[in-house]
Amino acid sequence: MTTWVWKGLSTPVRTTRYPAAPDDTPGTSPGRPAGGAVSPTTGADLIARCPTGALTASDGHIVVDPARCVHCYRCVRGVAHPIGWESGYEWARATSGDGQPSAPLGRAFHRSAHILVVDAGDCGACLSEVKQLNNPYYNMHRLGFFITPTPRNADILLVVGPGTANMRWALRKAYDAMPTPKRVIAVGTCASSGGVFTPSFASGTGIHEVLPVDVIVPGAPPPPLAILHGLLVATGRAAPAERPTAAANGTVAR
Amino acid sequence: MRIADVRSAAASRWIDVRVRENMAQDVATIECSPQRLRQVCAWLFAGLGCAFGGLVVEDTPAAWVLRYLFYGPTPGQIHVVTECAKPSETVPSISVEVHAADWHEREAEDLFGLVFEGHPRLGDFVLHNDTWPEQVAPMRRAFDPTARPPYPAPDDAWAPLRLVAEPGAFLMPVGPVYSGITESALFLLETVGEDVIRIFPRLFYNYRAIEKSAEGRTVDDALLLAERFSATSAFAHSLAFCRAVETISEVVVPLRAQALRVLLAELERLRHHAAAIEAICDSTALAVATSQAALLEEDLLRLSGALTGHRYLFGLNVPGGLARDVATAACREAAAAAADVLRRLRDLRQMVRFSTSFLDRIEGVGAIPEVAARTHGLVGPVARASGIVRDLRRAQPYAGYERLAFEVPQETAGDGYARLLVLFAEAEQSAALMRQSADQLSDGPVRVPVRTASGAAFGWAEAPRGATFHWVRIGEDGRLERYRAVTPSFINWHGLHLAAENFAFQDFPIILATLGLSAAECDR
Repeated sequence: MTTWVWKGLSTPVRTTRYPAAPDDTPGTSPGRPAGGAVSPTTGADLIARCPTGALTASDGHIVVDPARCVHCYRCVRGVAHPIGWESGYEWARATSGDGQPSAPLGRAFHRSAHILVVDAGDCGACLSEVKQLNNPYYNMHRLGFFITPTPRNADILLVVGPGTANMRWALRKAYDAMPTPKRVIAVGTCASSGGVFTPSFASGTGIHEVLPVDVIVPGAPPPPLAILHGLLVATGRAAPAERPTAAANGTVAR
Repeated sequence: MRIADVRSAAASRWIDVRVRENMAQDVATIECSPQRLRQVCAWLFAGLGCAFGGLVVEDTPAAWVLRYLFYGPTPGQIHVVTECAKPSETVPSISVEVHAADWHEREAEDLFGLVFEGHPRLGDFVLHNDTWPEQVAPMRRAFDPTARPPYPAPDDAWAPLRLVAEPGAFLMPVGPVYSGITESALFLLETVGEDVIRIFPRLFYNYRAIEKSAEGRTVDDALLLAERFSATSAFAHSLAFCRAVETISEVVVPLRAQALRVLLAELERLRHHAAAIEAICDSTALAVATSQAALLEEDLLRLSGALTGHRYLFGLNVPGGLARDVATAACREAAAAAADVLRRLRDLRQMVRFSTSFLDRIEGVGAIPEVAARTHGLVGPVARASGIVRDLRRAQPYAGYERLAFEVPQETAGDGYARLLVLFAEAEQSAALMRQSADQLSDGPVRVPVRTASGAAFGWAEAPRGATFHWVRIGEDGRLERYRAVTPSFINWHGLHLAAENFAFQDFPIILATLGLSAAECDR
């Protein structure tokens, strides 16, 4: 047993400094398409290539809806004029059914928020990235986030997957069993918009069909830092990302 | 037995079967009547020792066409094809003779609305009976996959099947919402106290109907589904899909793309195995080992992200090769990084091998005997831990694996510890294969243009969890008419009870972890 103690102690601290300082280690985030100014023919070509309708044209610009982007790279690979690409990971956006951002959980949850994770038809990527939050690189415990075994103790319902027909009722039951105040985080493009699986008889267009969603974390999958940002947004400890518009979309050459 | 020998042997046994050979694809197709089907399949499975690869049902205007895939220890495949004329919806069941076909038939019964005559247990499977109306048969051609049915409120009267009738027996449901970060599945454990006597997994909570959704889509759009139904083995499944399209279109992938595909497939396997080892350590609450393995998994995710742009290798495989090139120098560096991960994995193996508290929880637990593994047709590391040396990279070489030197690790004990050792041994081979393919990288293109032809073929790959077969049929208009993915998790969940029954409750999470199965990969 002492060998394990020694092994643990002799391993250097690897934990990210985020959110105190940004983390741009290679491979932590895939980045995402950024849109920007394009010629009309290029714009029409890019929009036609997008399988999920994430790209729209607006006033000589391409606007990307991250909640629909599935990271298929069709707008960057095998095209003459690839779309702009941005790095980063602070992608979580506050949302609600009536268009008004919902209020984050208050100060009481800043040091201790308990999370129930529910898989509603996930492919395994988002779930795996959520799981990485427990590894020493991200270690969400240091920020007061804990996985809880029961909805009765949960403050945050973190849902991955598009909301399959077979999971709808279990998901709803888990939400109903949670005490208030409670917040719902939809992690991943599938949970936000259904991703590549919609339209389908077996799978929904996102979990907002079943539950009121407070925060969405787009990405296929969103990297662990983006999910961490989502948790910080839900508890009011970080500012949410803005909804994309033509003006807000900068271009970053890749 | 070689394909040519199967042909003559089958033709001499039965006068009413027709055998056709496709030399280009190394496939022998045995066409027989529904009445003859059981004998032919039993002969291949029990007589010749072929493995059962999967069942593909196709809904044609005049008949239900049933295609059974068998493959042997030597290259080449055997398809048994039988046509059951409509309007009858009754077809023969082979699951008494070929037990591995059991779940394939249950799925086809549920999704096509067919009756498999003689099957011992049909009913509640993919479409849960408490959620879906009984008459829904989504895989039929006439069914509109985009129409959303009104989901009825769940039927509270639904109750799982109970077998144990001892005094004090009760049923413990586990799932589908879990205490940790786990995929959705429901396990119904029957017990009289301490030991699990019967276990029924209720899967398909993640059923997204990708096979139905793929119908009518272009090859490029269907590829998105093939790649994204199981992200932890995305590269292997997209590779199998692309290889099916390449076979149909008679495209030869450039050598550089072949070597890169091997490199990336082995990177995925290494990452999967690191995650599986982490899950096993976690199930026994060995905290430091869990963290060490988690560091390795994240290192490999970062390596994948830095190398290809995506941490789970999405958007790389396309029919005809790869969507982007990866610099040779970066590939060599990735192989070196994988070797470093392997060195740390070896340290971990040495440490867990001498941790008695860990070994007490895992040795002798969840043992699957070789005979049972064979009758259930188990695949992947689970089968190789039970003494079945079968690996598609060796048995049905693809993507240039025939030019590479590697071993197929094997254990014979069949218990949780044997499965762990197989994972460690396979990780060694994966790192070595990455090195070899990085050294073999030739200059040249990574993609050739593909003119999609019509036709049908299997594509396959040895995914991290075992053999996967993807059947793709493309119509004259270049759109998919049928897509079927047989996945290793679907095959191996069928054998869950072999490992989990007659063990104590507290062993159940450990047994699940050592099997390392994925609900998303099974449910599709």
